[in-house]
Amino acid sequence: MPSYVIPDKCDGCKALDKTACQHICPNDLMVLNMDIEKAYNREPELCWECYNCVKICPVQAVEVRGYADFVPLGATVTPMRGSDSIMWTVKFRNGMLKRFKFPIRTTEEGKAVPDGGFATGTEDLKSPILYTEPDSVRADFFTLK
Amino acid sequence: MANFETVTVETDLLICGGGMSMTGAAVEAAHWAKQHNLKVTVVDKAAMDRSGAVAMGLSAINQYVDLKSGNNSVKNYVDYVRNDLMGITREDLVANIARHVDSSVHLFEKWGLPIWTDADGNYVHEGRWQLMINGESYKVIVAEAAKNAIAELGDNGEIFERIFIVDPLMNDGKCVGAIGFSVREEKMYVFKAKATIIGMGGAVHVFKPRSSGEGLGRAWYPPWNTGSSLYFTSVAGAEQTCQEVRFIPVRFKDGYGPVGAWFLLFKSRATNAFGGEYMVERRPELENWAPYGKVKPIPANLRNYLGMLDTMEGKGPIYMRTEEALQKIANEFKDDPKAYKKKMKEIESEAWEDFLDMTISQAILWAASNVQPEEQASEIAAAEPYFIGSHSGASGCWVSGPEDIQNDDTKDEYFWGYPNMTTVSALFAAGDASGASSHKFSSGSHAEGRIAAKAAIAYIVDNPDYLGADQAQIDTLTARILLPLDIFEEHSANTSDPEINPEYIKPKMFMFRLQKIMDEYAAGVSAQFTTNKHMLEKALDLLAVLKEDSEKLAAADLHELMRVWENIQRMWQASVHVETMYFRQETRWPGYYFRADTPKIDNDNWLAFVNAKWDGEKWEMIKRPVKYMF
Ligand SMILES: Cc1cc2nc3c(=O)[nH]c(=O)nc-3n(C[C@H](O)[C@H](O)[C@H](O)COP(=O)(O)OP(=O)(O)OC[C@H]3O[C@@H](n4cnc5c(N)ncnc54)[C@H](O)[C@@H]3O)c2cc1C
Ligand code: SF4
Ligand code: SF4
Repeated sequence: MPSYVIPDKCDGCKALDKTACQHICPNDLMVLNMDIEKAYNREPELCWECYNCVKICPVQAVEVRGYADFVPLGATVTPMRGSDSIMWTVKFRNGMLKRFKFPIRTTEEGKAVPDGGFATGTEDLKSPILYTEPDSVRADFFTLK
Repeated sequence: MANFETVTVETDLLICGGGMSMTGAAVEAAHWAKQHNLKVTVVDKAAMDRSGAVAMGLSAINQYVDLKSGNNSVKNYVDYVRNDLMGITREDLVANIARHVDSSVHLFEKWGLPIWTDADGNYVHEGRWQLMINGESYKVIVAEAAKNAIAELGDNGEIFERIFIVDPLMNDGKCVGAIGFSVREEKMYVFKAKATIIGMGGAVHVFKPRSSGEGLGRAWYPPWNTGSSLYFTSVAGAEQTCQEVRFIPVRFKDGYGPVGAWFLLFKSRATNAFGGEYMVERRPELENWAPYGKVKPIPANLRNYLGMLDTMEGKGPIYMRTEEALQKIANEFKDDPKAYKKKMKEIESEAWEDFLDMTISQAILWAASNVQPEEQASEIAAAEPYFIGSHSGASGCWVSGPEDIQNDDTKDEYFWGYPNMTTVSALFAAGDASGASSHKFSSGSHAEGRIAAKAAIAYIVDNPDYLGADQAQIDTLTARILLPLDIFEEHSANTSDPEINPEYIKPKMFMFRLQKIMDEYAAGVSAQFTTNKHMLEKALDLLAVLKEDSEKLAAADLHELMRVWENIQRMWQASVHVETMYFRQETRWPGYYFRADTPKIDNDNWLAFVNAKWDGEKWEMIKRPVKYMF
């Protein structure tokens, strides 16, 4: 089943302009069942378990059950992704729990400035020196010429 | 015939793909386009925030040359790549990426990617060239910079998501854009451009994966990169290189979790079931692959090969000795229980983050199997073959190098006007789409996308006239792209189960047929990565019939139409791969594939690139010289 949707929690993203899980799945797997307005994974055997649908769902309706053809039952790995960090809860088959928290970014969401504050050293379109270089290389520019 | 609305988009630069290389291209193109008042359009089959191989995140940046420290030079990196690829590499391309890659990494950091630093504020290296990162949002951050850059172009910048690019538009041998379809609404998209860059990744599921039930999708390489780059550029007539150089990673078995941190950071050993260490016991075997067998680090494919020899001799399973590695670290702290506890906690967190950042399945598998790495070893195994020219494979387009990194000997062979332009005018390639420049990974792909974008803008400024694509070509392509919907429409009611019908084949079964051919005859997992001339001939025969049947692929809806084209692309990837392995009469990368009829490396005859060009009917094979410059 890889990713699956808990029907009681899924509200079909009614309040949003697009269905979040459907928007994000890189393999175009998540779709809304229009009859019941709930999402589902239409091709679980092509799911990478990338967790992007899990992380993006505003109501935590998507979970992952490891690939049944080689993963024993009973474990869960659950993320809570915030704006600057992610918290993971890993539950083992034997009940053991582990929690990990990792930073995910150092800037405010949406605020990545393309030039990163580096100056571009050339206006010459034919020069091998790229946008923000050589400043962003922080070393002498290498060339054989 | 399926009646789709056609949306026509005219642009100057068309960027196909929104992964690592093309987010780099977008940032670079936006800057130069602004100065020359040009339009830039980016198209991705998915949502750029989470598309491509980095969709899940990564736990390391695998290429950082660190020129500023003076510890490494561009030449050092070229030496590393040349040796890892057993002598077959384009040194000009590798050097070009190596001189720019630090710039991309420094940009990532400014954009918000957390790169680990030590107490002195220096980056933490996993190995000589690798940096450790908290990379859950790596792709989100890099895509954000690309989107912000395109937004700065105002009306001259546009991003299209959920458009699946299929074919090139051609005029007089020059690429003048691309055609594809929306996977959300019944619309064809025609992009007319003065230059086009291809960065649509590599290919997976060309070979049968080890897991074929629910776990079919758990290949190491993500199931959504399907050979679109290879198909597009081949149909355009662009010469391909190194299409025999597949990549087979050795990873934790089944979950395909990364092993780099275990080998490099935690200094773990791998042993067979009897405790033997193949990297030690089989050292003499490396002599047979000299000079490359004697260099350090030992090439990835030779490390694979030594492990495979153990497996073939019945000495498996092969284990990553996590318990031993962690015990060794523990012993260092045996007199200080408090420091020990702290260290173990740190390592545990690092080890799990390695999985959670980029292969969450492996974390589920460990948890479901109650694996405690400090107590028990975990099995590792060779995965199935993939096509990822940016990693430790090398497949991709034959592209021009930069002018300033050529010598008198290389200039005529390796340079034709614009860096990263393919052999087709106005068509550029980067990342997995460009070949013979492996080990660029996420960071080098980004840098290479930037190189290609600046060159493409220069091309447009030099060639400002718009050639255009004729309507007849667009109509023919539209009809062909939508044909699978018509076939389904016409015949599906003839049987009570639309999946089984004598008039057509559905994309999933087509994929299984392709995978079976490749697995059994073209050195897949079940053939122990071994093949020979006769098996390859058999593969070619079966692929020829498969190609005939590809005319009968059927699709019930837009999603399945995408699956149809993905699998046609995979078939093309298979075809050029088999042709190239057939042409090269030696075994050069024994841990990637072994040609049992020519079992040795043959530097006298085959220290050369094998290139392939689709001439409209068949692959024309071309042998090109390898020229060293460093
Ligand atoms: C499992 C794994 C682990 C890795 N680990 C590391 C690591 O730790 N460190 C590191 O530096 N590198 C790592 N890499 C390598 C890195 O991910 C690649 O080198 C890099 O992503 C290549 O960039 P690319 O732009 O060529 O392809 P991708 O980043 O894969 O992008 C391809 C893009 O093309 C789009 N696309 C595909 N087909 C079409 C189509 N028909 N129409 C429109 N768009 C299309 C996709 O949606 C995607 O946006 C890893 C790769 C894998 C697979
Ligand atoms: S886990 Fe990833 S591949 Fe699977 S459905 Fe969710 S987003 Fe798609
Ligand atoms: S994102 Fe969550 S709530 Fe929205 S449709 Fe998907 S599962 Fe339902």
